[in-house]
Amino acid sequence: MADVTLMKTPAETALAQAFESAKTVLPGSVESRAQAFEQFSARGLPHRRVEEFKYTDLRALLREVAPFANVPSAEEAKAALEGSKAFADVSALQVPFVNGHFVREAVDFHNLPEGLEIVPLREALANGHEWLAKLSPVPWASDNPIYQLNTSFMADGVMIRVAGAVETPVHLRFVTAAGSAVATATRVLVVVEDDASVTLLESHESTDGANHQPNDVVEMIAGDRSNVQHVRLNAEGDKTLALSTLAARIGAEVTFNSINVVAGAATSRHQVYAVLDGENTNLRVNGANLLKGSQHGDSTLVVEHNALHCESRELFKTVIDDEATGVFQGKIIVPHHAQKTDGRMMSAALLLAEGGSMNNKPELEIFADDVQCAHGATCGQLDEDLLFYLMARGLPKKEAERLLVQAFLGEAIEFVENESARDALVGTVEEWLRARA
Amino acid sequence: MLEIKNLVVQIEDKRILNGLNLTVNKGEVAAIMGPNGSGKSTLSYVIAGKEDYEVLDGEILLDGQNLLEMEPDQRAAAGVFLAFQYPLEIPGVGTMTFLKAALNAQRKARGQDELTTPDFIKQVNAAAAKLEMPKDMLKRALNVGFSGGEKKRMEILQMALLQPSFCILDETDSGLDIDALRIVSEGVNSLRSPDRAFLVITHYQRLLNHIVPDTVHVMHGGRIVRTGGKELALELEANGYADYRESEAA
Repeated sequence: MADVTLMKTPAETALAQAFESAKTVLPGSVESRAQAFEQFSARGLPHRRVEEFKYTDLRALLREVAPFANVPSAEEAKAALEGSKAFADVSALQVPFVNGHFVREAVDFHNLPEGLEIVPLREALANGHEWLAKLSPVPWASDNPIYQLNTSFMADGVMIRVAGAVETPVHLRFVTAAGSAVATATRVLVVVEDDASVTLLESHESTDGANHQPNDVVEMIAGDRSNVQHVRLNAEGDKTLALSTLAARIGAEVTFNSINVVAGAATSRHQVYAVLDGENTNLRVNGANLLKGSQHGDSTLVVEHNALHCESRELFKTVIDDEATGVFQGKIIVPHHAQKTDGRMMSAALLLAEGGSMNNKPELEIFADDVQCAHGATCGQLDEDLLFYLMARGLPKKEAERLLVQAFLGEAIEFVENESARDALVGTVEEWLRARA
Repeated sequence: MLEIKNLVVQIEDKRILNGLNLTVNKGEVAAIMGPNGSGKSTLSYVIAGKEDYEVLDGEILLDGQNLLEMEPDQRAAAGVFLAFQYPLEIPGVGTMTFLKAALNAQRKARGQDELTTPDFIKQVNAAAAKLEMPKDMLKRALNVGFSGGEKKRMEILQMALLQPSFCILDETDSGLDIDALRIVSEGVNSLRSPDRAFLVITHYQRLLNHIVPDTVHVMHGGRIVRTGGKELALELEANGYADYRESEAA
């Protein structure tokens, strides 16, 4: 067979150059990074002819690669965190990151809540920490080019171990405050031991006007009978291209709830890869995407039921105004041995204007014969009859619309157990709607 | 109070109202009766301001204000209230949230201060108690999972709270059992006042035993074809609408 020479796009060439100069500087084993980058380079940036990226053509979207961010000075970090507003009213242990680097000074390692251990990733990579073996809990995530880039470039992060019931929520606060565009790659590993419980908040903010390119991966291992509540907020700046992945391996009899609320970024793609590895587990993955202008928001989800009697519920709500584009790709895989699986996946989009579009791609891959799996997708406008009913009671049109949009999104948000975090998300929705009026 | 002159309305090229004239005075309870398809519900929607209808001619004046130039919310603030034949379920919108938003929107439109939460809750609870409404109904999403009777009671509760000057009851008796009919009628009767008028739309005379009208109008073919006192309702109950259908044919 003839050799095929792949033509590289300028962005791919820039990434290759960036990797060459970064690989010896970045902490930890060069081999694993090099392997990931090689896998990435073999196929390059995914484009619309790659099934998984049909609706989010990364090759077209990523024309110019921003330089990877340096470690911020203490003053820069302090100023950045002072300007951060996400989940401001939620009392939580702060684990902050500025420009993709963990702000160690902000964490009092000697006074962590009982049951919690935090290890900075950069040091862990440099020292070959034993927990590193737990990275990549979902092996097939490594086939994903976004994940490969993160593995190639990850500069910092944390590894968190939760043993026992940790009452205080842990807030991973990501702030990109650089004045000009930067790229970041962070990796967070959360190991929740058997019977442990934790609420994990994750927020992402960046400055407006700069083409920041964050690529964040959060990995979780949820032990048997554990309880994990994960609340993620994308409040990125208006030019940011935000790529993120949640990869979770979940044990038996676990309650695992995750929600991603998107209210920012020019383009975002949030990937959830979850493997249900023990029996009788309950997984809920929700999403609420608020898109306007020319924003593009992609929620991609793969849930693998790998054990008996598990239940998964996925509910994604997308509100599209102006000429924004929403994407939902959800896949539930049920192999032969995962009998009695109960999976339900729903994507609902609300189009507020003429020019918007929504792409829904639900997939079920079922090999077992005694399962219940369902999926649904809807796209629609606000119900005229409901609007009339509310207006007939005296609500002006905009207010009636606001109430209905809130109600539409509320269904996805109401599962958030932490009340102040839920209030913060509701507040985010209200702010978005007010800005629209 | 309400004056409708030569109202001509169509929906999707189908003429529903054909030069309807109707006057309802302050303090009056006017009933409109008529067979299916005579345009009764259309009339109620057109007064409240539903978009789907095309008004070709005529006018609707409420205290001299031209309602046809107003949005539905402005009409509500001006005093129009439509108790829906089929109240809509709105999942995700809490009943109390909705009631408060509606009440305050109308107060705002009239230049009044918003109600404080304790005052608001007091008002709602008092109105709910009168209508013998279980408290948990108020904690649910608006009309979601309510029975037919509960939905109608919720409409009357809203009417009691919003204190409109012109109330339209669109087949409020449909889907009500005898007890619910009594409770709803009592709710309406307690709101009767010299400053408030009612337009009660119904098929059956039954409701008019409970809400006794001052005038009864018979509607047919998109207009009022006969007007009389409350005894007219009894006559209709006895003879049906056949006479009007025949006169149409002739």
